[in-house]
Order: sequence, then structure tokens, then C-alpha cells
Amino acid sequence: MTSIDQAPAAATAHSPAAGAPLLELDSVACEYKLDGGGRFRAVNGVSLQLGRSEVLGLVGESGCGKSTLAKLICGLEKPADGTVTFDGHPVRALGLKKRAKELLGIQMVFQNPYASLNPRRRIRDQLDDALALNPDGGWTVESLLDAVDLPADSAQRYSHSFSGGQRQRIAIARALAAGPKVLVGDEPIASLDAFLQTRIARMMRDLAIDSGASMIFISHDLSVVRDIADRVAVMEAGRIVEVAPTDQIWNDPQHPYTKKLLAAIPKVDGKGIIPGSD
Amino acid sequence: MSIGTPKQPANAPITEAARRDPVDPGLKRWQIRFPKALRTPLGIVGAGILVLWLIAAIFAPLLAPFDALAQNFPRLSAPNGENLLGTDTLGRDVLTRILVAARTTLPAAVFVVICSALLGSVLGAIAGYFGRAVDEIIMRIADLVFAFPTIILAMVIAAALGPGLKNAIIAILLVSWPSYARVTRSLVMTARGSEYVIAGRLLGFSAGRSLAREIAPNVISPVVVLATLDVGSAILTMAGLSFLSLGAVPPTPDWGAMISEGVSQFAAWWIAFFPGLCILTIVMAFNFIGDSLRDTLDPHTAQEVGETTS
Repeated sequence: MTSIDQAPAAATAHSPAAGAPLLELDSVACEYKLDGGGRFRAVNGVSLQLGRSEVLGLVGESGCGKSTLAKLICGLEKPADGTVTFDGHPVRALGLKKRAKELLGIQMVFQNPYASLNPRRRIRDQLDDALALNPDGGWTVESLLDAVDLPADSAQRYSHSFSGGQRQRIAIARALAAGPKVLVGDEPIASLDAFLQTRIARMMRDLAIDSGASMIFISHDLSVVRDIADRVAVMEAGRIVEVAPTDQIWNDPQHPYTKKLLAAIPKVDGKGIIPGSD
Repeated sequence: MSIGTPKQPANAPITEAARRDPVDPGLKRWQIRFPKALRTPLGIVGAGILVLWLIAAIFAPLLAPFDALAQNFPRLSAPNGENLLGTDTLGRDVLTRILVAARTTLPAAVFVVICSALLGSVLGAIAGYFGRAVDEIIMRIADLVFAFPTIILAMVIAAALGPGLKNAIIAILLVSWPSYARVTRSLVMTARGSEYVIAGRLLGFSAGRSLAREIAPNVISPVVVLATLDVGSAILTMAGLSFLSLGAVPPTPDWGAMISEGVSQFAAWWIAFFPGLCILTIVMAFNFIGDSLRDTLDPHTAQEVGETTS
């Protein structure tokens, strides 16, 4: 297992997609009904492609539709328009029926680590549920916990004895255990302290790439995304305004909104540095 | 709005591991919690009374001094050396009849509560999970039952089915399930939107598996508490039906029926007083246990209980 210390620096090479893209969004839109009539278009005509073994960063300010887009990809929302295609299969909205087998390759890590684990079930049971989907993945509960730097005895515990960062790692382990081809991280680091954010983000990247999966990493934090993403999509008010390799976004942003986002990153100003950032 | 957090290196020291809990207190959650629930003062009293009653009910044939149906004694004699709690209008020993009646009342009450808790929570869980039309149909039926006072509706049903213990149980079952349905429905509705349930659905859980595996463990403790508290009211309702001659058929001994008989013999206070005392103690015991369980199973109060008792 690649340790986090050997995490590759921001990769610029766009991984070559073998033939058709793994995940393809074609002018997808999603609407929410508003109280008192009317509709709000949270996602509006988004077209995106995700190649194999590629990490796509999705950035944008709060409320711009990033999470809705993640839900659309997982089938948790029904698109008002357009299609989502995963590995040749159309992604259908998850109703009350069981999720279609061919779509189980899309797994998600949620934003809130305190809600994403079942408080009344042991960690082992929750990981076993995911392992059952992917018995040939070579994972065991112990190796999964080891991969996310948790002791093996964590398996016997309940989620309340873990901190937020630890819970998020368990959630990552669970998503990984299912053998996903696409791992969607819906702001998985947003509720963690600055110290942990990069660490968890790199861990997700390494684990996803090592297991041959692609990842969509949603964040409002450009600097973390720069660190782990091959390509970055910038979203504003439900639309994708710019998609480019990470370095290009960082060094030569085209869209004014991207420039605004980049300008908003706090800079070290000589008044001291944040611990651990040297 | 803040965009961007200063970049952190990946080789930051792992301080989080140091903060890890030493031993997981939740490791044996169920094994520890139930006895602990009875460690509150009221819980101990309740459990004590209940154990006494269980012993009395189990060993009633050995403990009872006489035959419950034999009319061997002077009618309406006050408590004395031979008939410790006196005799009734037909010259039967009150103590004997109380002990024998416990053998039908207690199992019947527990049985009816378990059945209505099961029925109500399954229906409530289905309503809460599937929503829409299913929810509307189940909950409107529940509202219909709620619209009548419990004892009145139970009376109507028992009267329609005819007197008898079995029919009284059916009547109580039919009027008591909606409260479980309501509680379970709201808990399931909250749980089904939570991320751990969605994560389970993303792993391909069916609705049934999602309900049984992910949601049930999180909603079961309030239902258990409600059921414990409900045993008392089930006993009361059953006694009420017997009082109205809609429960156990004479000459079968029954607490409610004994009180009913005592009402017409007001001077012979012992006929109604002692069965009434029995109902009081047993209802109190179940309420104490229920309160105690509620306090220990509710995360908000569990900590206080833990601090005061351990």
C-alpha cells in the first residue's frame, strides 16, 4: 500500500482514457421545486467526461451545484434533462428499488463524517457489507483499516469512538471495499481541520488510483484540489465554466470566475505560518 | 465565504492517533446497557416488584392456600387468620384468586404488548420508509383508531367479538398498535435520509435489507421503551374490559372482574381493594422500568444516569 508520504506531487499528465470515457455527463440538468411554486435549476447543462484512472477535481463556491452534480452521478437525484452514462450503462435514479448491479461501481464518500457511518453497527459489519460486493478485490477488513491507517481493533468498535477524521477514513475504506470504478468524494474534507485535509485527500487519491479507480473530488478548496487532481472543472451557478489540466488552471486561468477563485486563496503574509505547512 | 485553506504537506505528524479512545465503551453495548438500565433507583424498585410478581405467578399453585373456584368459606368475611385477604360474595378466598389471576393477566399483557409493538412498528416502518400512498393509507387508518378513546374502542371491539380473554387481547391489540406506528414512522423517516442509509443503498441494499440492517438498530430502543411503558396500560385496559364483563369470563379469576364485583359490595372493601393494589403495583413496576430504560437508552440522558450510578 502506498503510504501517504510517497504521494505523488500534482500530476499534470492527463491519463489516457482507453476508448470511451468511464463516466460521461451529457448536458445534464437538475431542478428542485421551490416552496410556493417555481423551480430552481441547481445544475444546468453540464457536460463532463471522466477517463480511467483519472482524478477530476470539481471546485466552486458553496451552493453552485457541486453536491447536486455528485448526487446525479450516483443516481441519488433524477436529472431533469440530459444523461449520465457510466461504463456504457445509463445511470438511473435510485428509487425504492435495489440499485442496478452495473451501477455499483460508483461509490461515494459523503461530506459529514458524523452521519455517514451507522452508529449502531460495528465497523466490521459495515465494511463487510461493502466487501460482499467485491469479494475478488483482495481486501479484508484488516487490510482496509490498515490502508487508511487505522488499527485492526477498530473493526470491533462503533463509530462513536472515532474522531471525525477517523470516521471519514472508515467511510473511504467502505467505499473502497466495494471495488468502485468511480469514487465520488462530495466535499469529503470540508468538515475536517486544515491539518487533516491534505492528508485525507491524498489518501483518497492514492487508494483510488492504486485500486484502478477514477475519482471525482469535490471541494471548494482549490489548493487541496491542485495537490491531487489531474484535471479541474470549475463550476459556477450550476454550469461548468472551465475544465483544464490542473497546472493550466493554476497558472493560466481563462475564465474570470476561475481567476476570482484563485485570488481568494489566502497567502502566507510573513505574519507566521500555519503549523505543519513548512 | 472562504475559499481555500493553506496547503498542508502530506507528511504531517499523525497526532490524531494519540487522541484515540483507549477502550471502546460501546463494545458490549447491549450486554451492558440492559442491566445498567435497571441500576437506577426506580429501575431497581420496578424490577424488584416485577420479579416478586413473576415468582407469585409461576408458583401460584403452590402459594395459593385454597382452590380458586371452591366456594367453601362464609360469604364476605373480612380478612382473618384463615382467609388472609377475606372472601368474596360467593365465599371464595380472595388471596387465592388474586394469585391465580396473575397467571393469566401478566402473560396476556406482555403478549398483547409484544404483538402490538411488532405490528405497529412494522407498519410504521413501512409507512415511513416508502412514504407517499403507502404512508397515507397506513397513517390514516392509525388516525382513525386514534380518534376514539382507547377504552371505548376496545369496548366496542370486545363487545362485537363477544366476551372472553382472547377477544379482549385482540381488542387491545387493535387499539394499541397506532402509537408504535407513529413513533416508528417518524424515526424511520429521519433515519432513511441519513447518509449511512444512503451509503447502504449505494452498496445495493434492497429496501427490506436497508430497513432491517441499517435502520432497525437505530430505531429499536424508543420502541422498546414505549412497549415497557405500555404493559401497564395494557393491564389497565384489560382490567377495564373485565370490569365491564368483556374480558375473562366468570368464574375465571381476573383482577378487573374482581374489582367489578367489589364495587357492588362496597362495605366489603377487601374484595376490590386488594386486586386494585395488585394492578397498581404491577403498572407502577412497568412504568419504573420503562422510565429507567428510557433514561439509559436515550443518548441525552444516558450520560447522567451513567455518572450517578457508576
